[in-house]
Amino acid sequence: MKRAGFTTRWLPILLLLPQLLIIFVFFYWPAGHALHSSFFLQDPFGFGSTFVGLDNYRDLAGNKEYMRIARFTLLFTLLVTFFSLAFALLLAVKADNVLRGAKTYRTLLMWVYAIAPPVAGFIGLIMFDQSWGPLTRFLQSIGWDFTLGVNFRDTATAMVIVSVWKQVPVNFIFFLSGLQSIPRSVREAAMIDNRSAAGRFWDVTFPLLAPTGFFLLITNITYSLFETFGTIDVLVKGEPGNNPMTLVYKVYVDGFRGNDLGGSSAQSVVLMVLVLALTIFQFRLVERRIHYT
Amino acid sequence: MAQVKLDAVRKVYPNGYQAVVPTSFQIEDGEFVVLVGPSGCGKSTLLRMIAGLEDITEGTLSIGGHAVNDVDPADRDIAMVFQNYALYPHMTVRKNIGYGLKNRKVPAAEIEAKVQEAAKMLNLTEYLDRKPSQLSGGQRQRVAMGRAVVRDPKLFLFDEPLSNLDAKLRNQMRIEIKALQRRLGVTSVYVTHDQVEAMTMADRIIVLNEGKIEQIGTPSEIYHNPASTFVASFMGAPPMNLIRAQIEDGQVKINGGTELMAVPAGWDSGEITLGVRPEDAVLDHSGAVPFEISIVEELGAHRLLHGEMAGQPFTVHVSKEVDIQPGQTRLTLNPSTLSLFDAESGKTL
Repeated sequence: MKRAGFTTRWLPILLLLPQLLIIFVFFYWPAGHALHSSFFLQDPFGFGSTFVGLDNYRDLAGNKEYMRIARFTLLFTLLVTFFSLAFALLLAVKADNVLRGAKTYRTLLMWVYAIAPPVAGFIGLIMFDQSWGPLTRFLQSIGWDFTLGVNFRDTATAMVIVSVWKQVPVNFIFFLSGLQSIPRSVREAAMIDNRSAAGRFWDVTFPLLAPTGFFLLITNITYSLFETFGTIDVLVKGEPGNNPMTLVYKVYVDGFRGNDLGGSSAQSVVLMVLVLALTIFQFRLVERRIHYT
Repeated sequence: MAQVKLDAVRKVYPNGYQAVVPTSFQIEDGEFVVLVGPSGCGKSTLLRMIAGLEDITEGTLSIGGHAVNDVDPADRDIAMVFQNYALYPHMTVRKNIGYGLKNRKVPAAEIEAKVQEAAKMLNLTEYLDRKPSQLSGGQRQRVAMGRAVVRDPKLFLFDEPLSNLDAKLRNQMRIEIKALQRRLGVTSVYVTHDQVEAMTMADRIIVLNEGKIEQIGTPSEIYHNPASTFVASFMGAPPMNLIRAQIEDGQVKINGGTELMAVPAGWDSGEITLGVRPEDAVLDHSGAVPFEISIVEELGAHRLLHGEMAGQPFTVHVSKEVDIQPGQTRLTLNPSTLSLFDAESGKTL
């Protein structure tokens, strides 16, 4: 391929500068700050700080509650990712077969995409309200005394349901466009080769959706880990108590409620490393393995 | 092997567009039939209805004596080769070819033997472990063929299988497909818009236009006795010359002048369209018809003389030995080679 060159050395730098500046201000600078303060013990009132080396990290490793939250986060991430992907795929496959009114149907399915996470959380709060939430009433009618914000499991269930509900439309859009990019003739060839629609789906459609699927897997893990913050914050009403929370929410609670900036910074550094690992995984393994054309 | 019978088969799309008017024809056992026509003439729709990929609005389709209107594509015992090959991109060549057998519960050892046999026949043996993306266009085409032959179906369906290949490869594959069909003796329906493919491959050609059959016949019948001006102009390159002429006093005349041929007694006088194949017009200095050559097109093996006859565009095909320059000359038209069409309907007289 021919490489176009710049005549001056400053023009490319100038063109890159705005983007680099944004990344610097909103990522590198705060990230550096977090890394720095994770080695210090902050005075709760901001009067001073003491260098403590790796003590904050050692505390984390030995902290039972932190480990418990880490396990919950893992479970939460697995459940949210799995159900978001599974429901979205089911809906996309069904929507792909709809011919009449397809556009209306698809728009309705994508609608939730436009809702901000805190709003999703608020809608969840209404649906699961203890005295008049319609979902609470429904669950009570089948014998499940659902108490959001009181019972750990019930709260966790609501968190998963609302997070999945919020994420399904995004996955749906990607899966649907992935399905529609599979050549029609390939699916028709499969119709001649295989009588069973389910067999065709697993043998032909699903593998051809794999690139989309892996991309969504990574973005959904990231979503479950980080972007559910708003939803969780609204659902637990800022009263973490014994309620379930994820690692990201714990960063916030320790840093801004507990005023332990050093410990909270150490936690966010741990999460940063996790994101880095996920990103490397995505680029190295996934993008290399799954390529057809 | 099987006979295919269409009885008043019609296709109307949900938006009301009639792609195929009620159409009936029969394809004999082992026959190679080519459906040819311009784009949008309904040829692919017909093929897809035979395959079961498109619903039949009305009429009955039978394969091997059984009505198959409501039979699943997978149960019609057909194999189809698609224009863009439609290979499964994530499967190796071996799996691509064997996929249809695997779903029909054929034992693995037998699948392997059949795949090997098909691969050998199509020179694909060394590519069996490759993915389609690692193959050239001609090789992909062969894999698509392999997928069809390995199943040993009752009927082959080809949907413009050579359109995506370059001209040289197309000529080669044309011969290979025809030879393969001869050897296997499987009834075949082949859709193309390329009249050369139709002429060279078909036992019988079905010419379609706007969802209707214009003519069914052997390549020679279609070429020499076109049923309409549409068939005459569609089949043959360069196409048949179609010029305005008249019947007067039991004679065909051009511009009321030269008498070309006598028509049977009782034919009405009036306007007609006269069809002359470019190779049927003979250069002859003492000929009856004046011809003004404006361009000589050099094609190596032969030459095409483009010009005007009686004020209307006309092309003459001459052999390479005939050395001629643009200018005035004369032609002789042999009455037995002329086709006469109704000036209004375009149907043959």
